[in-house]
Amino acid sequence: MTKPRTLFDKVWDNHLVDKRDDGTCLLYIDRHLVHEVTSPQALEGLRTAGRKVRRPDATLAVPDHNVPTTPRSQGIDDPESALQIETLEKNCAEFGVPIIGMNDIRQGIVHIIGPEQGFTLPGMTIVCGDSHTSTHGAFGSLAFGIGTSEVEHVLATQTLIQRPAKNMRVTVDGALSPGVGAKDMVLAIIGTIGTAGGTGHVIEYAGEAVRALSMEGRMTVCNMSIEGGARAGLIAPDDVTFEYIKGRPMAPKAGAWEQAVTYWRTLPSDPGAIYDKEITLRAAEIPPVLTWGTSPEDVVPITGHVPDPSTVEDADKRASMERQLSYMGLKAGMAMQDVKIDTVFIGSCTNGRIEDMRAVAAIAKGRKVAAGIRALVVPGSGLVKQQAEEEGLDRILIEAGFDWREPSCSMCLAMNADKLKPGERCASTSNRNFEGRQGPGGRTHLLSPAMAAAAAIKGRFADVREFMS
Amino acid sequence: MQKFTTLTGVAAPMPTPNIDTDRIIPARFLKTIKRTGLGKSVFNDVRYNPDGSEKPDFVLNQPAYRKAQILVAGDNFGCGSSREHAPWALLDFGIRCVISTSFADIFYNNCFKNGVLPIRLPKEQVDLLMDDAKRGANAVVSIDLEKQEIKGPDGGTIKFDVEPFRKHCLLNGLDDIGLTLQKGAEIDGFESKQKSNQPWLHTARA
Ligand code: SF4
Repeated sequence: MTKPRTLFDKVWDNHLVDKRDDGTCLLYIDRHLVHEVTSPQALEGLRTAGRKVRRPDATLAVPDHNVPTTPRSQGIDDPESALQIETLEKNCAEFGVPIIGMNDIRQGIVHIIGPEQGFTLPGMTIVCGDSHTSTHGAFGSLAFGIGTSEVEHVLATQTLIQRPAKNMRVTVDGALSPGVGAKDMVLAIIGTIGTAGGTGHVIEYAGEAVRALSMEGRMTVCNMSIEGGARAGLIAPDDVTFEYIKGRPMAPKAGAWEQAVTYWRTLPSDPGAIYDKEITLRAAEIPPVLTWGTSPEDVVPITGHVPDPSTVEDADKRASMERQLSYMGLKAGMAMQDVKIDTVFIGSCTNGRIEDMRAVAAIAKGRKVAAGIRALVVPGSGLVKQQAEEEGLDRILIEAGFDWREPSCSMCLAMNADKLKPGERCASTSNRNFEGRQGPGGRTHLLSPAMAAAAAIKGRFADVREFMS
Repeated sequence: MQKFTTLTGVAAPMPTPNIDTDRIIPARFLKTIKRTGLGKSVFNDVRYNPDGSEKPDFVLNQPAYRKAQILVAGDNFGCGSSREHAPWALLDFGIRCVISTSFADIFYNNCFKNGVLPIRLPKEQVDLLMDDAKRGANAVVSIDLEKQEIKGPDGGTIKFDVEPFRKHCLLNGLDDIGLTLQKGAEIDGFESKQKSNQPWLHTARA
């Protein structure tokens, strides 16, 4: 009898090209996504060495980080941003790599367009010079972020030198409560395991609450695996997955489709497969949550309070917590719902999909953004924007006082013009609350799209459940 | 890639846990299309005031540590973004080695590709080196990769682990791509097998 294997083990085994005696493996890569920030040095390296891109057909480029959220016809003001995007275009032309350009309706955040185009499929190995490549694990593919040297390695060889990760399973039993969604689930998981909890592991998300998520929700969960320290997150593919993929432009077509689905159905972990680490959460115990500090593990319920450093024993940890509170401009013991905000950012590869736009519109409908609050909604791709407009969501949002923008990474990392000013406080649906992430001195609180909408309306953090009738 | 064999230099203490790659090099400095020149911006937002003047309390601004080549860091160093600009910036400043109890996976990996040696040690040993590092310019530490040894300022020796393949590449400054291209036949073989078993991976493009 063969040993029961996990989903990760199966995808890994199916991509092994070579294995050294010391355990170092050469892994075949099925799909490579490329964006403008982490690729120029890699392509320059190829050029210098006189090398080619081995499989342009397995590679897809899109500019996203530097792209402005103003109408495309206005161009890019920042010359450095413009140069980086131009360099991507030139490199793609020179090396024959397909690119979805800035003026293409399909342009958007790299981790949104992969799934949207059917470029991302179950059972694949997928990489990108970007840590949130973990997003694609929602399809049951092994997807992880790599550095620029590895980008160059994949371009030249279509492989990577890797060592197998350990298996970790996070099970969320039962059903989520009303007002609680995928973002709350993943923040609660990170709050439980800590930002280094998954280091060296690939996390498989399982359990009834995970199965019940849409593909959008599953992508939100897998997206933040890296914030829990894991290289990748995975969810077993099922009918929800296949339904999402079917008919997408780059998905397998008739004939090949049946063959692919038959294969994909063999991927879920075998009963009895062993995990190196196991965590279980009860969905019913997860409330709407948000972060108070500058690490994604700093999670509190919306009904909670800013924690008190004086209760922490370890001196280094206490000092670091005091520093966080001073950076965030918060006092120990404050109720989170008393904390006032300046800005709301809805978007990013965590929460820039159509379901997120709908969640925001559902709260915003017939209400107004509080006076003095800047509230940006940045759809994750041109196609998300188009669909939202077809559903009339843009009108609801604009009437409520939200600013409806063009797709980009935008204020998730402030490489384009959308930034926080020093000291400004933001309710953000993105994935990182690091110091300065949304602009130098900016203060970021991570939360769900519905909670961000509720905060926009109240002008301070608010319990989304009060907005539900 | 620059070789790493031995290194003797000043070690700077950075005890804060979870130092992320956004802190090491903020996103606005990633607009470069080169690998070099990032050293002046490493740790920018904790190193400089908004007017560009130095923050005197930041460790690398202190006279003893301005030429530090080693960082002794808190847990989970290098978490967050995959940006290889983080090791590029450290290297450009002159840092060739980072010692911590733990590193985020991608950062750890990126270091090896750039001739920077990340060393993982148990907490007690990192604590000892942190105390040494806090002693300023006297905090000279020697690292010998071949022997896998660290010598502290008082002559005590600490052994460390490193994967044999990574050690080999670092000691010899080897380019991974060249090594992998020698496996061309195996890669071709894998591809043709995959083409017949999972043809949709090779045909399904719009
Ligand atoms: S949206 Fe944010 S996290 Fe996602 S790829 Fe863009 S910058 Fe990275």
